[in-house]
Amino acid sequence: MKNQVPKPLLDYPKLGDWLKVTPEKKLVFFSGRVELGQGNITALLMMISDELGIEPEKISLQTARTDMTPNEGFTAGSMSIVHGGQSLRSAVATLRQQILNISASRLGVDAIELDLSSGQILQKGSFCFSIDEVLDQIDLSSEIPAGAKIKEPSQRWVQFREIDRVDLVERMTGAPFVHDMIEEGMLFGAPVHPANMYSKLLNLDVIALSKRPGVIKVVQDGSFVGVLATSQRFALEAAEWAREKSEWKEIDRKIENPISHLMSQSHDFEIVSETGDVNKNSGEWYELTVSRPYIFHGSIGPAAAVAKWENEKLTVWTHSQGVFQLRDALAGVFETAEENITVIHKAGSGCYGHNGADDAALDAAILAKEVEGIPVKVVWSRYDEFHAAPMGAAMSTKSRAHLDQDGYITAFDVEVTSVPHSSRPGTGGTPNLRSAVLIKNSKLPAKSPDVPAIRGGGAERNAVPSYEFGPVRVKKRLVHDLPFRASALRSLGAYNNVIVNEGLIDEIAHRNGEDPLAFRIKHCVDDRSKELLLRLDSETKRYKENLKESQGWGVGYARYKGISGLCAVFVNVTVDEGVVVDNVVSVSDVGEAISPDGVKNQIEGGIVQSISWTLKEAVKTDGLSTTVDSWFDYPIIKFSEIPSLNTILIERPSEKPLGAAEISQGPAGAAVSNAVRHALGVRITELPITREAIINSLLSNEI
Amino acid sequence: MQSELRCTINGVVHAIDGFSSEPLLFFLRDKIGLRSTRYGCGQGTCGSCTVIIDGEAKMSCETITKDVSGKTIETAEVFENQHEHPLVKSFIEFQAGQCGYCLPGILMASKSLLDKKQNLSRLEIAEALDANLCRCGAHSRILDAIEKAHQLSNEKGTQ
Ligand code: FES
Ligand code: FES
Repeated sequence: MKNQVPKPLLDYPKLGDWLKVTPEKKLVFFSGRVELGQGNITALLMMISDELGIEPEKISLQTARTDMTPNEGFTAGSMSIVHGGQSLRSAVATLRQQILNISASRLGVDAIELDLSSGQILQKGSFCFSIDEVLDQIDLSSEIPAGAKIKEPSQRWVQFREIDRVDLVERMTGAPFVHDMIEEGMLFGAPVHPANMYSKLLNLDVIALSKRPGVIKVVQDGSFVGVLATSQRFALEAAEWAREKSEWKEIDRKIENPISHLMSQSHDFEIVSETGDVNKNSGEWYELTVSRPYIFHGSIGPAAAVAKWENEKLTVWTHSQGVFQLRDALAGVFETAEENITVIHKAGSGCYGHNGADDAALDAAILAKEVEGIPVKVVWSRYDEFHAAPMGAAMSTKSRAHLDQDGYITAFDVEVTSVPHSSRPGTGGTPNLRSAVLIKNSKLPAKSPDVPAIRGGGAERNAVPSYEFGPVRVKKRLVHDLPFRASALRSLGAYNNVIVNEGLIDEIAHRNGEDPLAFRIKHCVDDRSKELLLRLDSETKRYKENLKESQGWGVGYARYKGISGLCAVFVNVTVDEGVVVDNVVSVSDVGEAISPDGVKNQIEGGIVQSISWTLKEAVKTDGLSTTVDSWFDYPIIKFSEIPSLNTILIERPSEKPLGAAEISQGPAGAAVSNAVRHALGVRITELPITREAIINSLLSNEI
Repeated sequence: MQSELRCTINGVVHAIDGFSSEPLLFFLRDKIGLRSTRYGCGQGTCGSCTVIIDGEAKMSCETITKDVSGKTIETAEVFENQHEHPLVKSFIEFQAGQCGYCLPGILMASKSLLDKKQNLSRLEIAEALDANLCRCGAHSRILDAIEKAHQLSNEKGTQ
């Protein structure tokens, strides 16, 4: 395998950047990644154990905190294992070699004669001593060589192949979340978030608010209002009271229907990629447009954080995806040096991308500033979560495909119109934190440039289909003037773009009487994708037979970001009162799978979440804010709606690991929408595919 | 004095303030320190605060503490040192969960279900859990785990 130097290693080249030895002779490794519930820590521990030859329970892993670990950017985009894990592997390989060298000189033998397994130095298979005995001689200032020789695939995974998530039991029966932190003298804060972040506070009876039960202090700074109380309950109740009693001046930029607003834009598209001339004169063009509304991240536990100020220094515990970026953003808001702020990651509820975590951290920091030395915990209310958190961006994609006389697609042209898919802290050089806009010394967010192509693009992610289609052109038009905050929801634009492209491919296959899977297979770019689709075909034959009138099947395939994990999904559905997904079969290839079961868990989660998005989810708005007050207003998939899942992983131990958490959303959404089209004979082009949408589209097709 | 009001939580007797309108969720988390019971919505719509009260799964955010006087309450902490319990065992076996925020509530809902009923189908289990939301999409594994635990306890019951 070719050894490229992963980016984090260029920034952190020393062994001591990646590990330390405690006085108790325990190895502690550092990762700038965080555990978001996707099993990161476990997978990284497995990689370290495997590379070094030591039981995972004998070592520990410190995840991101600004005063200790490397800065590896955001834990996002399915990159933890690809970059973070591969860097750790190089560091561990260097450590291993040092241990072997030190042991060799102690024994007076050649290092090549020694082996390291289960934390023991072995000479020709027999035990010499434990590595504990040489750990104090490790030179942490030594550099990790660019070509650090990591184990060959054939030497890997002799031990520690399937280990259980190290943090699962505590998550089931304990209190590991930032929401659960308790410290001596802690106070509980709650922000009073207005409907929109540009709202201005007109009127609030602060005296009355300060007399609400349990309230210790009311904090007001410009249009930011928050309370400090003796318990979470009192803080939440007081903030709710204040919200109801307060008056706000709203901006006059109401946009009732985000999708029609996007569709009505006429400013120029920007060409983001073009591999040749897509203009063809002969043959036939086909076209499809699909849109998706704003979607909530909908974490089950609302955003939360703990903050403490002491001698002008701030410490924040947060479930943010990027502790360093949050630190810098907070430094911007408080106009202080970054060194004065320490940000420590702590477990949160699944976030699925950039949610309200960072905003809650600022809320806690603003409130804590009023009570020197006292830790303040903020847990957002469900109202805050549904009104103040950023949302998955609304977008619309139009794809056109050119079919030649031989039945091959020979040109592909995509136009993406979208809200930018990123407003993370620091985007465009501004803090991008909600309450930073509300405070007197207001810090307005810059126009988001969207996610750059080098990181897989934002709105245009996966607009390039994962097939051999001749020249492809992708154009993008960003729309900035919607009054809502957009996030980076898992898979960004890939979800909608894959649905459109795979829908269009399906339409062409259907209209030309070709089997949709066979039609895809004949356009495969390589053997890897062909193998995947052939496997999907052979695994799903029985689901395509004896279908009732109301049933249909569909597939979706994409290689995430064009270079990452490959995933093909088959579903069959029954369309009756609404859509019921009956069976899902998926075949994925993520290169080397560190924890095959962990990968499957991620893929399944992505599929289920995508089914929920596709069939149920749309944020309702009044043009200024959301009108969702509880889960009743925003239904998501329930246990009784879960299809049977067959998740197949093609393992490729000698390929590099490719990441898994975001590869299945697009293909799953595409498979569902194609299956509905197959069952109904009509395609729903405005997501979600609710019962209402089906009735409307059947009615308009009858006319 | 109201100090006669008591309830039993995970086998331990606790006094309750008879004047307070405090939801049980906050009583458990803040006063008793049992923080596996989680705040998700405070509106009775997500199930992450589910506990067992006299055998029934109830949302603790919708239960007023003084109303549990004389009752027996179980929270997910009962499983803390009981990894051999069929539910805990099978949740581990199937690695059922991702972020785990929903899991204590789901464990409580399913414990109450399995303690009461026998020979449940997968769909019956799923329907009984519809009040519990999971956003990570771990549902299928969670159902696998509960089905397996149910099987284990059915087998025990018929022995
Ligand atoms: S917190 Fe009680 S149901 Fe959501
Ligand atoms: S595992 Fe994250 S919400 Fe269920």
